[in-house]
Amino acid sequence: MSTTTCPECAADIELEAGTEENEIIVCPDCGVDLEVTSLNPATVELAPMEEEDWGE
Amino acid sequence: MKKQPKIGVLYSRVRVEEKWIFTVLEQLGIDYDRLDDRKFFFDMNNPEPWLKYDAILERSISYARGLYSTRILNAWGIPTVNTAKVAEICGNKLATVTALSEKNVPQPETRVAYTVPAALDAIEEMGYPVVLKPMVGSWGRLLAKINDRDAAEAVLEHKSVLGSYEHSIFYIQEFIDKPDRDIRVLVINDEPIAAIYRHSPHWITNTARGGSGEICPLTPELTKISRDAAIAVGGGLLAVDVIEHPERGYQVNEINHTMEFHTAAPTTGVDIPRLIVDYLMKVARREIEVL
Repeated sequence: MSTTTCPECAADIELEAGTEENEIIVCPDCGVDLEVTSLNPATVELAPMEEEDWGE
Repeated sequence: MKKQPKIGVLYSRVRVEEKWIFTVLEQLGIDYDRLDDRKFFFDMNNPEPWLKYDAILERSISYARGLYSTRILNAWGIPTVNTAKVAEICGNKLATVTALSEKNVPQPETRVAYTVPAALDAIEEMGYPVVLKPMVGSWGRLLAKINDRDAAEAVLEHKSVLGSYEHSIFYIQEFIDKPDRDIRVLVINDEPIAAIYRHSPHWITNTARGGSGEICPLTPELTKISRDAAIAVGGGLLAVDVIEHPERGYQVNEINHTMEFHTAAPTTGVDIPRLIVDYLMKVARREIEVL
């Protein structure tokens, strides 16, 4: 299991099996949206904020 | 030996839909590249790096990035799912309304005005409540239900003062007192494949805002209006959102060209990612011509 830390609150974060690069996960401690930027080693960054033209 | 098609998947972030699509592509052993729209660029004098793709699936979360990318790729002769032409129509509410109107597809009454006084005239002629919508936008963002003249004056002033010029093209729709639900119909290559009710006690029933899903039978009437709507905007992979008007019946509210199906797939049990990939491969093999 890959682990990393939340850049917002420094909580430990475990990446679940099947997690993909560029997937958005939620920090279990502070609730911030994080983007998985690498799987090995596990790294996350704050996810981009929603923009006006986002959607389907 | 016949050459295997090469696929590109254009995306911005990996949502559950992209994960499912990547899984199917991998299970089928399809040669594909993940194209993160934050990382690549186009050299307008050199299409060469892109010509290896037999088809590109556009899953950008940004309407503008998806639209411009497909416009460039289509101009270079690379088929995309969906095409820029379809994205142009579906991504802009006025373009959608115009396309539906051309083909006489039932839809809510809509007015467009360019100034606050003209918008007020349009609203008062329709009668309250009405709904103001941005011309471009999803997930129920910036929708405003206007119940009276005070609210109309306030929201129109805010839009004209605080918004970009596009927010001063006032798009006004009748408010339909629908049941606590709308219907999303997924259409692939003009064939409705699944439908769900999207329930919410809020008047905005988008599942991106917490609405829940329930399977909806594809009746002949629902099949017809969804197919007609899909054809009117150019076809492809589409999600047609339908409202039930208490007197006029089904009305097409909007059509999505990079559809989300995180609720529809588990609710209906239809293998939507597989059907998307099957369609994409037919486009790549030129069994379906999209350009």
